[in-house]
Amino acid sequence: MNAAYGSNEVPEKPVVLEVRDLSVSYGKEEALHNISLKINKGEIVTVIGPNGAGKTTLLCALMGLLPARGDIIYLGERQAAERSVEKRVRHGITLVPEKRELFGEMSVKDNLLLGAFDRYRVGHRDELETMDLVFDTFPRLHERREQMAGTLSGGERQMLAMGRALMAKPKLLMLDEPSLGLAPLIIKEIFRTVGDLKNTGVSILLVEQNARAALHVADYGYVLETGEVSLEGPSSELANEARVISSYLGLGGRH
Amino acid sequence: MDLQIALLLAQDGVTNGAIYALLALALVLVFAVTRVIFIPQGEFVAFGALTLASLQAGKLPGTLWLVFGMGVAITAIEVALALNERHLRRIPLIVLFNCGLPLLLAGFLFAVSPATLPLPVQVCLALILVVPLGPMIHRLAYQPIAEASVLVLLIVSVAVHVTLVGLGLFFFGAEGSRTPAFTDNSFEIGDALLQGQTLLVVVCSIVLIIALYFFFERTIYGKALRATAMNRTGARLMGISATLAGRLSFTLAALIGAFSGILISPITTIYYDSGFLIGLKGFVGAIVGGLASYPVAAAGAILVGLLESYSSFWASAFKEVIVFTLIIPVLLWRSLTTRRIEEED
Repeated sequence: MNAAYGSNEVPEKPVVLEVRDLSVSYGKEEALHNISLKINKGEIVTVIGPNGAGKTTLLCALMGLLPARGDIIYLGERQAAERSVEKRVRHGITLVPEKRELFGEMSVKDNLLLGAFDRYRVGHRDELETMDLVFDTFPRLHERREQMAGTLSGGERQMLAMGRALMAKPKLLMLDEPSLGLAPLIIKEIFRTVGDLKNTGVSILLVEQNARAALHVADYGYVLETGEVSLEGPSSELANEARVISSYLGLGGRH
Repeated sequence: MDLQIALLLAQDGVTNGAIYALLALALVLVFAVTRVIFIPQGEFVAFGALTLASLQAGKLPGTLWLVFGMGVAITAIEVALALNERHLRRIPLIVLFNCGLPLLLAGFLFAVSPATLPLPVQVCLALILVVPLGPMIHRLAYQPIAEASVLVLLIVSVAVHVTLVGLGLFFFGAEGSRTPAFTDNSFEIGDALLQGQTLLVVVCSIVLIIALYFFFERTIYGKALRATAMNRTGARLMGISATLAGRLSFTLAALIGAFSGILISPITTIYYDSGFLIGLKGFVGAIVGGLASYPVAAAGAILVGLLESYSSFWASAFKEVIVFTLIIPVLLWRSLTTRRIEEED
């Protein structure tokens, strides 16, 4: 299915990230077993699954926050297991963590600015233009630009975390539960933005418990259960899969 | 005690307090960014003062050998790491940076006679000799154990302190030095005589504090340091590595320490081990600020300076006792009023 989708535009759709047989252990406990997944350029891929399935662990391993075994091939190049978080950031991978990890006693503007820290360090001085782009994406952040990040509402915090990640001009943006703890209206707004980001060419790996919203916006999906991929497929097909409907979409499979 | 003596003591207290305030800021900075309680902070004061004194005496300062020795040690470590990771192309740069630059500096010091240079150049030379010790100490002692607990980092700080004091004795000898005053001007304000050097210390401290404020508030590197202090994970995810932040904060700490040493060397005789007590008084100030608040730490340090100068008048034998006893009520007050902060990340 994936091959058929890609065959029309193979040159335009290079693989951004390919993961083969990735395993992560916490001590003797194995949290992820032999995960394999693939993200093409400009695609949104979602990983759904219940609490504790290892979704956050997967993102932390891809980001280099956790040691992992197996192959992570990013832009056609195998990532050394010991490659640091900072190196991965420099190569265009960014993670918006579940806890947002904002700089609470700094203004919205400064938080965004630091998102471009590594680009600034290697000599790109386009942080103000990038910030304008982020403000276009999240007008609310522009209104709040002088406010301390710690005083923002939940939705604004998520927007700031995403905006800060976008300041790094990532090639691969990883979002960990962007809908967590947010009101339905805000969730809708966040997911609409995620869908819009696709047009900018960034590839997105979206980890979500809110399966309905995630499958709606994504091109391809994986179901992660107790550390293993139990199902995968184009998201429109996954959304009609009986097992997905009964476990993750609730009655009727509305979406 | 009449007003004149009171003013004189106040002047003395504020001068010393300004130096303690600088050191307190450095201690807060290093602790906030790296969780290291930087006991060797005072050694930079001594090294700064003694290096300037050796330059002025026309001697080759021992700091040069220290920088060179540490450069060789770092080269050995980095080359071993580069060989291990098969990054052979990095090796020339590593050698050039860690051994070449100290050699260049040594060559320069041999070529010119530092004693004949004007004072500002001598001060710059002293800073160039002492400040690299900060990032070098970070690389050798702290970077390999950056994830260790606060207690382990503290123990390493004690070790670094003892090592540096020993090296100070070896390189500078047991005699103290005092450099000539930067300025001989003095001003009369009412009954009190204001020494030019005293004024210079206070003004330079204030200028440095303002410069630091701008660095932290206005530059992206300063903001990155604050971000690391606020949220280490968040900073890493932005590509601000703990190593970079640590190195930067240690460089600033060394700069502040060395600069303080240069400022007070015309006022007090500095021995190889004088830095410890000066640093500890800065530490008392930093504790008043809870190792977190810069303005409170600076105010606490001024208080330490005043307390010290007045107690040296009334009970000079107990001067140090009185200053360090201040820490007990402060700790009591802090532990009763502040919310419990998480101990470790």
